[in-house]
Amino acid sequence: MGMKIKRIGMFTLVVLLILSVVGCSSNTETAEVAGSVGGGSSVIKVASVTPLSGSQAAVGESIKNGSELALAERVDEFKALGFDLQFAPQDDQADPKVGVAVAQRLIMDDDLLAVVGHWNSGVAIPSSEVYANGSLAMVSPANTANDVTDRELPNVNRICARDDAQGPAGADYAFDELGIKSIFILQDKTTYGQGVADEFMNQYKSIGGEVLGYEGVTAGESDFSAVLEMVRASGAEAVYFGGIYPEGSLITKQLKEKGIDVKFVGPDGMDSGEVINIAGDAAIGMTYTSLAADISGTPEGRVFIDNYTKMFNKAPEAYSSYGYDAMNVTLNAIKAAIEGNGGEKPSREDVVAAARATSGFKGLATNVTFNKRGDNTEANIYILTFDEAKYPATVTKEIPATGYLKD
Amino acid sequence: MEQMTGMIPQLLIDGLTLGFVYAIVALGYTMVYGILEFINFAHSEIFMVGAFAGTEVLLFMQSAGYLGSLPAPVALLIAIIIAMIFSGTVGVVVERVAYKPVRTAPKLVAFISAIGVSFFLQDAVRLVEGLWKNAFYLSTPTLFTASIHITGGLRIPVKVLYIMVIAIVIMFSLNLFINRHKLGKAMRAVAQDRNTASLMAIDVNAIISLTFLIGAALGGAAGTLFAVQYSLIHPYVGFIIGMKAFTAAVFGGIGSIPGAMLGGILLGLLEVFGAGFLGILTNGVFGAEYKDVFAFAILIIILIFKPSGLLGKTVGEKV
Repeated sequence: MGMKIKRIGMFTLVVLLILSVVGCSSNTETAEVAGSVGGGSSVIKVASVTPLSGSQAAVGESIKNGSELALAERVDEFKALGFDLQFAPQDDQADPKVGVAVAQRLIMDDDLLAVVGHWNSGVAIPSSEVYANGSLAMVSPANTANDVTDRELPNVNRICARDDAQGPAGADYAFDELGIKSIFILQDKTTYGQGVADEFMNQYKSIGGEVLGYEGVTAGESDFSAVLEMVRASGAEAVYFGGIYPEGSLITKQLKEKGIDVKFVGPDGMDSGEVINIAGDAAIGMTYTSLAADISGTPEGRVFIDNYTKMFNKAPEAYSSYGYDAMNVTLNAIKAAIEGNGGEKPSREDVVAAARATSGFKGLATNVTFNKRGDNTEANIYILTFDEAKYPATVTKEIPATGYLKD
Repeated sequence: MEQMTGMIPQLLIDGLTLGFVYAIVALGYTMVYGILEFINFAHSEIFMVGAFAGTEVLLFMQSAGYLGSLPAPVALLIAIIIAMIFSGTVGVVVERVAYKPVRTAPKLVAFISAIGVSFFLQDAVRLVEGLWKNAFYLSTPTLFTASIHITGGLRIPVKVLYIMVIAIVIMFSLNLFINRHKLGKAMRAVAQDRNTASLMAIDVNAIISLTFLIGAALGGAAGTLFAVQYSLIHPYVGFIIGMKAFTAAVFGGIGSIPGAMLGGILLGLLEVFGAGFLGILTNGVFGAEYKDVFAFAILIIILIFKPSGLLGKTVGEKV
């Protein structure tokens, strides 16, 4: 999910970007004014680092807004402890080089105690190495790549599930609940698509499913007729596609046009309203896994949506609540570190230890308990199915990701 | 083996469909090359512009309710004709603005200019669609849903038949025009020798514009056919198709019109059969994702033995 490009109207993004830059600069200004009033050493800053410009600015901004809301709600709580809590939103432009430069700047700021970020796993991985050098705690709202925590850096944590959980979860669901006993696997040859398809295949084989074919397609192409003929010839009951919605939707549509009657199972790359635009009625019956919870059903979720809409004048997106939860986990860790330090401002090392010790956190989108790698043992994977040609799809099952954690 | 023979008829149809789209796009490359000896790399974007124009026409007809009342082939024809006019105009403007001023400069300059036009058209379409529709991935309305069942699992979607028929009509009339019409004759004269042709009272500039008009209009028609067949378009859709079509033009012999058609159809067939059979033939060592490697390897082998392409003529160097 982290590596995915949200292909929404470019122009909207540009407008959003301009607005968000305007928004950010005014925020920093007020923060600086508050800082100078409060005086040097009592200031505690927490950064959010997400793409605020470029093609992924919309999702980056929605995460930043979620964490900004969480921080704003707790300024008074920190004031009571004698600290001036400030928000420092940063733009990584979805670019690893920019992310590392931002990280270098952040570790130079002594008042900055923790980071909420990033959106792209490819940015989070190199940037978190820099944070590790500066002993800066990072709580990731949305980075799903295995390597984010598999490097076992003490400062890196994430509240969402891992990529190697959704492939196997999808395989279990397809085999046990959908009763699919033989499958044909397609993937788009990207790190994400092939990775998730391979995880799916290993699990599916190990629980007794039969893999009748494994083929790659090229992202950006439109004609999948030859591989679909192979699907037909193989006689598989279903297709698993490791990849993202433009190709996935076309495959779904072409399967229907060719009259190949198989089920379609996919990863969270299929989680987009565009699926319906492209595939239309052919999308009915499609099943996919997702790592983001839908919070609109809970009372807390509705309060969050109200507050968010009031503060930012727009509705939250799927990962806003993860930005909110990640910030609260971070602030709880800072608070615990303050208490552990006798009410004095804690060191960054204290915050790193306190963040990793997070346990039993009850959040909006997810509960959080970190294991020794910094993976969240309480993260969930969601199975969704299109019952009608309408987005979003219906959640048919919630699977705890903890069963898929390797340790 | 049995699995393979069972797939052959269906793959043949799929390969021909893809091949016809390549062929029409390849014509645009080969015509401009024939006249100016320059590869118009912006042609893939002209194709994309045509796909958007055709799709917008169909979307308009859908929202205005004409799509249900008009017979689908008529709607398709209207979309194709408007797309051809639109992309033809874009093609002529591009030639005037980006190529004509650098016509006497070294070929490389025009080539760079073409790359610039490519970027410009991609982003212009993205900007316009983003402003207008708030999305730059467009889904083309479904025109034909029926398919004809022939024995067993073999079925030919009706839209594939229409696409093939339209493609054949377009290519046939182009051939007729080039070989029989006075203007076609003038085009061939300009292709042979621009200076001598102008001595024969041929308006070279007008003929070059006409070449771009026809080439771009064909690109527009191909774009619309592509959109109807594959139903998803975006501003970068031209890149892969353009590359393949250019390859097809070289394959058939760049500058040769029948060569572009033959090259396109062969490339489509090679690709689809490569994807379908590589896995079975190599026992899974090379899967369907090697289809392009397979198709291009054959291309290289043919070019080694026939450097001017299948139907290309080795011409003496132009003075």
